[in-house]
Amino acid sequence: METVSSSYAEPSHLKKGIIDGIPIGIGYMPVALTFGLIAGTTGLTVAEAVLMSMIVFAGASQYMALTMIALGSGALEIILATFIVNFRHLLMSASIHERAEKSSKKIRAVYAFGLTDEVFAVASTKEEPIRSNYIIGVAAVAYTSWVTFTGVGYFAGSFLPGILQESMAIALYALFIALLIPSIKKEGKVVISLSILGGLFHSIFQFWVATGWAIMFGTIAALLVFEGIESLWKKRGTE
Amino acid sequence: MSMPIIWMIIGMGIVTYIPRVLPLVMLQTENWPDWSKKMLSRVPYAVLGALIFPGVLNVHENIYFGLIGGIIAIILAYFSLPLIVVVAGTIGSLAVLTYFL
Repeated sequence: METVSSSYAEPSHLKKGIIDGIPIGIGYMPVALTFGLIAGTTGLTVAEAVLMSMIVFAGASQYMALTMIALGSGALEIILATFIVNFRHLLMSASIHERAEKSSKKIRAVYAFGLTDEVFAVASTKEEPIRSNYIIGVAAVAYTSWVTFTGVGYFAGSFLPGILQESMAIALYALFIALLIPSIKKEGKVVISLSILGGLFHSIFQFWVATGWAIMFGTIAALLVFEGIESLWKKRGTE
Repeated sequence: MSMPIIWMIIGMGIVTYIPRVLPLVMLQTENWPDWSKKMLSRVPYAVLGALIFPGVLNVHENIYFGLIGGIIAIILAYFSLPLIVVVAGTIGSLAVLTYFL
């Protein structure tokens, strides 16, 4: 165990993670409620719906699975489609690996399970080194919300008032924006250019490929184009 | 619970976990060239851009819903408010706006 030398008033990394996980917990609420509701209408039992949220823990793939079940797709097809949609996480995990504190493989294997897009977004915008306990805290809140509200949604559907349910759809986007703005304020042009390029290429690629791939290709394209522009800029600067 | 569905769920869980865990337990980036490390550390910003856009425009049939929500979030985040305040504030403002408009 590491010992924290600073004053004991400083909250632990786990506690910080739990606090920063709450916005994800709120953001997952309407998504999980709707997932539970649709799972019911697709013919899954409540145990199956909750089990899927417990074992898979990936919003986009779970929605896709429901659509495919409704279309009569086979299990192998659904598993393959899930694999394809989640391929983008290779890139995100590699990025976390580069910036996370040194920890045992066992601990990394534990928090890897919780690395959804949203958990990645919160953890990866932290200063280096990203603490393992911080990631675990963020992921634990996200996971609890995801699993709990899948079950609640199955029975209660959207028990929230319509206006609130609609407005909560913005939650995860507000979270992403809240993560991006401080980095823009701190690092300026680099961050703003990369994120605009990421959004732009995602918008373009989504016309051709499924969204998981569009995010991955969009990210890679943004990194490469930015690298190109940057090296051109540097060359001009030295001439 | 039917067995085929359970096996399908387990299969989905495995193929979701693999790309999340492999780089974390297999990669040895210590000896990678600096440019590749730099690129990896820039992934979050490009990903955030891709996660926000164009999705934010599709949260509601009315494109302005997401647009206005996004602008409110930018303003709140600009004042360095905590994550939870930005998220709750954006939801609240949108709810109030929808109620009155």
